[in-house]
Amino acid sequence: MALIRLSSPHVYKANSTANVMRLVLIATLPGILAMTFFFGWGTLIQIALACTLALAFEAAVLKLRKRPPGFFLSDGSALVTAILLAVAIPPFSAWWVTATGIFFAIVIAKHLYGGLGNNPFNPAMVAYALLLVSFPVEMTRWTSPMTQHGGGWEIAGFIDTLQVIFGSVDAGFYDSFTGATPLDVLKHRGGLTTEELWRQSDVLTNGVGAWYAVSAAWFMGGIFLLSRKIFTWHTPLSMLVALFLTASAFYGFDPDNYVNPVVHLSVGATMLGAFFIATDPVTSATSNKGKMVFGALLGVLIYVIRTWGNYPDAVAFAVLLMNLCAPFIDQYTQPRTYGHNRANRGMKGKNQ
Amino acid sequence: MSKVFSFHGGIHPPGNKKRSTRAPIGKAPLPKTLMIPMQQHIGGPADPIVKVGDTVLKGQLIAEPISRISASIHAPTSGKVVDIAAYPIPHASGLSEECIVIEADGEDRWIEHQGLGDYTRLKRVDLIEHIRGCGIAGMGGAGFPTDVKLHLSEDHIVNTLIINAAECEPYITADDMLMRERAHEVLGGIEIIAHLLRPSHVLIGIEDNKPNAIHALESVLKHTELNIDMVVVPTKYPSGGERQLIKLLTDIEVPSGRIPADIGIVCQNVGTTAAIYRAVHFGEPLISRIVTVTGDAVLHPRNLETLIGTPFSTLLEACDLRPGALSKLVMGGPMMGVTVENDQIPVIKTTNCLIAATAQEMPEAPPAQACIRCGMCEQACPAELLPQQLYWFAKGREFDKAKHHNLFDCIECGACAYVCPSSIPLVQYYRYAKSEIRTEQRDQQKADHARLRFEARQARLEREAAEKEARRKARAEEAAKAQQQKTAAKDDTSVEQASAATAEPDLKQLKTAAAVARTKLKKAQKAYDEAAASNADNLAELEAALNDARSKANEAEKALTAGAPAATEGGDDNLKQLKVAAAVARTKLKKAQDALKNAEEKGLDGVDKLRTTVATLEQKANEAQQAFEQAGKATTPAVPEEKPAEVDIKALKQQVSIMRTKLKKAESALEGCEDETEKARLQVEADELKQRFEQATAEFDKAEQVLIERAANSGIDLKQLRIDAAMARAAVTKGERSLSKAESDDERSQIEQDLVAARAKAEELNLTLSQYE
Amino acid sequence: MSTVLTAVIVLFLLAAVFGIVLGYASVRFKVEGNPIVDQIDAILPQTQCGQCGYPGCRPYAEAIAGGDAINKCPPGGQSTIDALADLLDVEAVPLDAEHGEEKPRSVAYIREDECIGCTKCIQACPVDAILGAAKQMHTVITSECTGCDLCVEPCPVDCIDMIPIETTPNTWKWPEPPSPMQLIATDRGRGEAAAEAH
Ligand code: SF4
Ligand code: SF4
Ligand code: SF4
Ligand code: SF4
Repeated sequence: MALIRLSSPHVYKANSTANVMRLVLIATLPGILAMTFFFGWGTLIQIALACTLALAFEAAVLKLRKRPPGFFLSDGSALVTAILLAVAIPPFSAWWVTATGIFFAIVIAKHLYGGLGNNPFNPAMVAYALLLVSFPVEMTRWTSPMTQHGGGWEIAGFIDTLQVIFGSVDAGFYDSFTGATPLDVLKHRGGLTTEELWRQSDVLTNGVGAWYAVSAAWFMGGIFLLSRKIFTWHTPLSMLVALFLTASAFYGFDPDNYVNPVVHLSVGATMLGAFFIATDPVTSATSNKGKMVFGALLGVLIYVIRTWGNYPDAVAFAVLLMNLCAPFIDQYTQPRTYGHNRANRGMKGKNQ
Repeated sequence: MSKVFSFHGGIHPPGNKKRSTRAPIGKAPLPKTLMIPMQQHIGGPADPIVKVGDTVLKGQLIAEPISRISASIHAPTSGKVVDIAAYPIPHASGLSEECIVIEADGEDRWIEHQGLGDYTRLKRVDLIEHIRGCGIAGMGGAGFPTDVKLHLSEDHIVNTLIINAAECEPYITADDMLMRERAHEVLGGIEIIAHLLRPSHVLIGIEDNKPNAIHALESVLKHTELNIDMVVVPTKYPSGGERQLIKLLTDIEVPSGRIPADIGIVCQNVGTTAAIYRAVHFGEPLISRIVTVTGDAVLHPRNLETLIGTPFSTLLEACDLRPGALSKLVMGGPMMGVTVENDQIPVIKTTNCLIAATAQEMPEAPPAQACIRCGMCEQACPAELLPQQLYWFAKGREFDKAKHHNLFDCIECGACAYVCPSSIPLVQYYRYAKSEIRTEQRDQQKADHARLRFEARQARLEREAAEKEARRKARAEEAAKAQQQKTAAKDDTSVEQASAATAEPDLKQLKTAAAVARTKLKKAQKAYDEAAASNADNLAELEAALNDARSKANEAEKALTAGAPAATEGGDDNLKQLKVAAAVARTKLKKAQDALKNAEEKGLDGVDKLRTTVATLEQKANEAQQAFEQAGKATTPAVPEEKPAEVDIKALKQQVSIMRTKLKKAESALEGCEDETEKARLQVEADELKQRFEQATAEFDKAEQVLIERAANSGIDLKQLRIDAAMARAAVTKGERSLSKAESDDERSQIEQDLVAARAKAEELNLTLSQYE
Repeated sequence: MSTVLTAVIVLFLLAAVFGIVLGYASVRFKVEGNPIVDQIDAILPQTQCGQCGYPGCRPYAEAIAGGDAINKCPPGGQSTIDALADLLDVEAVPLDAEHGEEKPRSVAYIREDECIGCTKCIQACPVDAILGAAKQMHTVITSECTGCDLCVEPCPVDCIDMIPIETTPNTWKWPEPPSPMQLIATDRGRGEAAAEAH
């Protein structure tokens, strides 16, 4: 009888990183469906492209790093990164935009820092920020939702979309299907008050409903993850509350120049960010208290960058900035351990 | 009913408890042999008071506690002590410790014992002493000797007694069954503890998954006058952890690094209360306990009343083990228990459960992945730690930071590792970090201690050197004064002196001359040594000076020796003088040899010269010795002959050992040498040394032979003989060692020859020794 | 012109003020750190074996403070080197094999019936861990012995052995779990790792 010695515990909960990632993938489904419905096949094509590339890059890097690819690929983290990036970039972006983004996310932002668990920044957001800075034109031409094309509501066909992404760009076609996002419009208002803008802009009057629906879909996915205890409520709630409060304060103070807080919550990447990006455990704060601080600061930052920054949407930059602060937040938000009067603050040597 | 509070975290692993509660508590079969470890609890081990071959009765004390935190151990059955040695014990390390092995005679005869009757009439100290004498130790976790806890009311105000009946670990039902079947014993034990500690109220914490036990306890609690509250807590692991249970029942946290008694609470396990009851009412020491034997690999899981020392295999057989199905044997629960490699490991006082698990039941942990900082561990941690940070620090060997993050508040409950999606063996990391930190602390203490001792010694040596120096100075001054006086006296009585000088053929003068010459020689020698050590250029010059001084000294000494026999009065003085001379010559010789050794080691140029010096000095030493011996014979023929011989043999011995060291060094140098020519040179040197060594050995042997003969004639110096024998033995071992190191065949055969000779000598000496002894 | 003058004066005044503040701070908040030699000495294992080439740990500490290499102490091994590297903020280097290699800790044991009472080992022991008198049997106080080896060589009858300290369940250390990089870290692997560790 060959018995062995091991450290306790000897039983484990049926739970694995791959499982966590799988649940996250499932939770993105409503959002993806909504986006496909409103913005056309582009989203799905981008996701397929991004996932394939992500797996390929990941496998290649793992080979180079002499790690068994099969084992690490199966954790699904590359897929999550790929999907998050794919839904963040405009559905009609050319294939090389996606490819560059995925390469950067997987190879540079993830593996050069030591792979899953060691990356200080959210890979998808690093890639997104890079793309935004490098290809500002492509990245801000978002597909118009359900464009009125030749009279009826319709979206671009599958083949057409493929052509746009992989082939020559027919400028006319491209233009007819793309436009600015609501946040873009709100930003480049040219002296109009919010009220006037809202009435004049086609994007706002017709298109914003699609954005609301997509946000609602992401929200549903988030609630699903919350119910499965994949993350705690701390980060998303504090982020949304902070964003709402900041926006309300400014809106209440000057409704003509500032945007309605409800709009802030429901357009752009707010919901996606709150539930799928800010909650990325690897790069956010770790204790419950820390997560609240992380989320709140993130919400404020998003508002600040959206309102006064150069780029229309701010989730990526805000998340990256907060990633930077996460270790610091961790130092100062350690929980109070059982039997201690107060929590430790900072690193060794302080307050001891 | 008291209110139930809650603690942070916790998990809900599958209980798996039902299967072992179907059958009532049975009795484990009596094994043929029982192995009783001397360390069954934290604190000091017990010290056996029986010998191999003793017959013991059931309940007889077989080992005594050696420190305050330690417990007595009693024989679990009657039989014979067949061994006291190290055997594997139930410990995570799988190491062995001292055990008393008893072969059961099958009669299970009790030693005479009886209860205390009305214990309330006894003094409390005596009652506690009785409980200590029964070897009661905590039967839940670490096995803390119970008497220590019972003394707590003396220096703490104890207002709450908590009886831990939570039994939160999956699988284990020993306490559950105990409460179901022996609730009155539990209550009796609680009454005794309450009598000793006088708490204002007693709380029994029990998880709500034991309705039968709750019912049984409730029915006996009706009959007590004590203020006992039974608190049913929701099932959640680890509510049975002492600190967690205290938080659950009282909402008070035990401060970190303190004990519950510091906040007026004492915890006892239900099992312990029953043991106390039996000890006080029947005088039975703790020699058996209830063990849950369960797991998918046994057909009939159940609880068994088991004698301490019963091997696990006996229990497994009693519950019908399916040997093929067994893949892991866990002592304790699945969350905190330890796996054992060997089913001969015995049950000890803290063994509450034995899980024979199949591979499906406790599958191998999947390979660990990277921590994704998901925070699930933090949500589960009952100590409110940040397990992921602790893991990070432990892995990076940043133990200081881990400590700062309160690593030592981790109770190793395993909740974090249970929930971790990356299957990281978190608890092992913490245990690893903890033991590293503890070892470091131990080492640091040891190092500090060693530093103190080293510094103390250093100070002492300095002081001694200073004292010596002071003494030397004082002597020199005195001598100078005497000299002055003498010269003054000389002037006055020069005539007298002159006449005296004719009568006494200027022996004194000769002596002084010799002394001066010697001092000069010494100085020259010293200068030469120094120069040799620093490899100075003027070595040759110094050498010449040295030789000069030496010859002068020789002359002076010769003159002295020549003059000495003539002097009739100064004979004794002379002899002494000669003796000193011989000793000095020997010391010089030794010094020169040392220098030679030094030089050889460093490979200095002057080696050959030094070697000749050594040779001459050797000769001189021998001469001096001879002169001394002659003088000794001439003047005092009555002096026993052993003495010089003994001196001689010592010197010889020294020489032999020196030669041996030198030879060894040369050989090792030879081994380490790579350059061919250098090697050849070294070889020559080594051969020469070997020759000299042999010579020295031969000389030594001869001298020794003489000595032995003489000893045989004139009463034997046994001690000397013994030492010689030891030396010879050492020579043999040394030879053997160098043989194993030898590389070439030549060398080996050479050494073998030497070895044979050395062996023969050793044998011979041993023989002689045995003759005399 | 006057602007330039104002700027210069302001700058000068600022410099003066900061200078005073800094000067005051450096006096007022001076850290009485213990000298570096003490800190180094605190890290060295105090075996006092002299394998580093110095007659004891303290002299070596002084030598390190004077710029000697930090990798000459075999009893301390890599952990001491790491600690020293950390303290002195230099690169941690592997142990210099010239001075010996890291061995398990041991204590000296005198086979007492063979001891001839020559006191040579007493003189060699750097921490006075040997008890005895001339022509009397000697013995080692195990708890004081640092395992430095120095008493073995001088013994003329070779009756001193260095016995490695055995691990007991009390001093046993949990092994470090295999790193997640070793993927074959199955149960069995972990068990074996645990078994190897003693
Ligand atoms: S549960 Fe495991 S993966 Fe999650 S944070 Fe804790 S250690 Fe990391
Ligand atoms: S083992 Fe330690 S760190 Fe893990 S949950 Fe238990 S107390 Fe917390
Ligand atoms: S080698 Fe020996 S003497 Fe030198 S520092 Fe290390 S322990 Fe001390
Ligand atoms: S007894 Fe020997 S090994 Fe131990 S410290 Fe003294 S000299 Fe060193």
